[in-house]
Amino acid sequence: MKNPFNHDHPPADTPLVNVQIDGVWTQMPKGLNAVEAARRVGKFIPHYCYHPKLAIVGNCRMCLIETGGPKMDASRAPVLDASGKPEINWVPRPAIGCATNLTEGMAIRTDSPLVQECRRGVMEFLLINHPLDCPICDQAGECKLQEYSVQYGNDHSRFVEEKVKKPKRVDIGERIVLDDERCIMCSRCIRFAKDTVHDDVLGFTERGSHTTLAVHPGQRFDNNYSLNTVDICPVGALTSKDFRFQMRVWFLKETKGICTNCATGCNTIIGSRESTLYRMTPRENEAVNSEWMCDQGRLGFHYIHDPKRLTQPIARHGPETTPLAWSEIIPQVAERLRQFVPEQIGIVASGRLTNEEAFLVAEIRRVLGGDSVLTDYVPRFGRADGILRSADLNPNTHGVTLMGLSNGGASLADLRRSIDAGQIRALVVLHEDLTAEAGWDGATLQKLDLLVTLGLLQNPTTDRADFILPGASFAEKRGSMINGAGRLQRLNRAIPSPGQAWDDWQILLRLKEALGGGNGLHTIEEVFKAMAAQVPAFAGLTLSRIGDLGIELEAAMPKETATE
Amino acid sequence: MSNPRAVDPATQLVEPEHAFPVSEAHGALVTFPTGFEAKCDELITHYPVSKRSASLPLLHLWQETFGHISPQGIEWIAAKLDLQPINILELVTFYPMFRQHPIGRIQIKVCRTLSCALAGSYKLCDHFRERCGTATSDAHGIASSPEGKYAVEFVECIASCGTAPVIMINDDFHEAVTLQRADELLGKYD
Repeated sequence: MKNPFNHDHPPADTPLVNVQIDGVWTQMPKGLNAVEAARRVGKFIPHYCYHPKLAIVGNCRMCLIETGGPKMDASRAPVLDASGKPEINWVPRPAIGCATNLTEGMAIRTDSPLVQECRRGVMEFLLINHPLDCPICDQAGECKLQEYSVQYGNDHSRFVEEKVKKPKRVDIGERIVLDDERCIMCSRCIRFAKDTVHDDVLGFTERGSHTTLAVHPGQRFDNNYSLNTVDICPVGALTSKDFRFQMRVWFLKETKGICTNCATGCNTIIGSRESTLYRMTPRENEAVNSEWMCDQGRLGFHYIHDPKRLTQPIARHGPETTPLAWSEIIPQVAERLRQFVPEQIGIVASGRLTNEEAFLVAEIRRVLGGDSVLTDYVPRFGRADGILRSADLNPNTHGVTLMGLSNGGASLADLRRSIDAGQIRALVVLHEDLTAEAGWDGATLQKLDLLVTLGLLQNPTTDRADFILPGASFAEKRGSMINGAGRLQRLNRAIPSPGQAWDDWQILLRLKEALGGGNGLHTIEEVFKAMAAQVPAFAGLTLSRIGDLGIELEAAMPKETATE
Repeated sequence: MSNPRAVDPATQLVEPEHAFPVSEAHGALVTFPTGFEAKCDELITHYPVSKRSASLPLLHLWQETFGHISPQGIEWIAAKLDLQPINILELVTFYPMFRQHPIGRIQIKVCRTLSCALAGSYKLCDHFRERCGTATSDAHGIASSPEGKYAVEFVECIASCGTAPVIMINDDFHEAVTLQRADELLGKYD
């Protein structure tokens, strides 16, 4: 992800300058702004309009600080204090931190009495026209106005005049609602729309005391990245239609995840409460998605709570179905699979499997007959958008390929022909619907003597299946995936699986044990270790070593970037 | 039947309020007089560093030519300068002297500042409004007559304090205007 601005990450070769921050001398890259400089030494300068990835406009005035430079004597040499450090000449008026770029000898004060006084004044102005309806505002709990008012503002209001009225609940886009009275005119959304996604439809009309954030008449703020403005809006002016009024944010448990809607693998924060996933927001990872994600990916999780979700292992005998316990169904599946010779078995894997799951599928395949078992995955392609969307809509194509389960989709047709011809009589389908998604017709599936499906949702393939194994969604399991650019990243478990649905790796591991005996693997960490021992690309790695931000795999990966 | 979800009017979404009225009259497309586009192109050459700087001159030219700035004007100027329409709309809604709707053909500006006020400009303005039959003022403080002939505006100083009260009719300047003189002047413009 290429941002138009990266104020927090100046080029590595930027020379260092000596600066004094709150009395302590340190070295910082030249030109770094004061907000970022303070952040690097653990100081926080509050701000609204400044964002490290957006153009600097300096309109909120919240980041006011004191600045100074070395005091010079008559010969233009710096005056040194007792410790040999330059004495500072302080500028008598404050300056905004976001547009103060460090130079040699510069000094800043981030929390002096003057700075505190400035913040109190700015907060008072910002609150003049802001509605005091926090109890019914969906931003409450993650509102910067609320937070800074407590930390830096006044404890009472002196305002007795009438507040300015502005449009409320304005429908500016398919996924976004605008409340103009809550807007503090920071213009982050305007700059994001213009510079980052090149969809310049937002602006301020009626500038003055009635400044109104507006979308141009007749246009809509509908681009595929529009919901990022909800994240960067410091107040409750922009809210997501999907999430607003669904759950108070302080009830949400936050789990680090990755988006599985395409091969980019944007890093996310999964917001869940009890067993329900309420929202996904982007998590900063400069190597992948920076601080953004697309709306498609962000909202593409609702299927996991679909009424069609499979929650019970089921065996079918003719027209009758029997719910079974896992301990019963797995031996039955193994027993049935054993009745076929390798050439009679096919496996349809999926680019949605984690590496661990794909590894276990490969193990099962080896037990069933190795290369004689015709296997492929279902490729899925869309269009890359040059920002974050990848053309590959499978999150882990590299992983299934690495485990030898993929022939790029070329063997799918062979598989289908072999089934039609009666050569392949047993099929194991993992997280795929062969009818709607792979385009097979139901007649092919009817020819099979045994169809085993592992997946999330009821579909025409599971309707035909002899064994239905309900698996776990991306938010319900641990494991790893390799994104399109060859980065190994980790999934984490945010919510429990519904009903009897089970972690896929558990199901696959038990099935493998039932088929070929146990091999001492009991945890996902052990599965990863076993995989790392066999797959050179993972040599020396463990699940925990992947870390929250993932790691670039050293081994030669077919390189593909999201922007291609 | 399942219980339909109660609709709370407080959570109903509203259509965006348009910064200009999108009616047929205002949305009617104008045809350009000869030389209009050439004049625009010439104005743009005054700003070699950034075409965007020509936004205001083009808006002035549009208003002088067509009387007000229509949605067509906003979109045409934006396209001309490689900008988005919202960039131009921001300017149009900021400057009070840009109008987004038509006003009377004959524009009468009566000075309201100190010298003129002392010399009876309030009475003079009321007189004009009465004689022209203008309705209440719009958001820009301009009162137009219903048939679209006159527009009367009470404006700040137009810089001839020694000869108060002063008025402007279109681009013509008139000094020491008495009520009688006002009637005579009205007769001269048609």
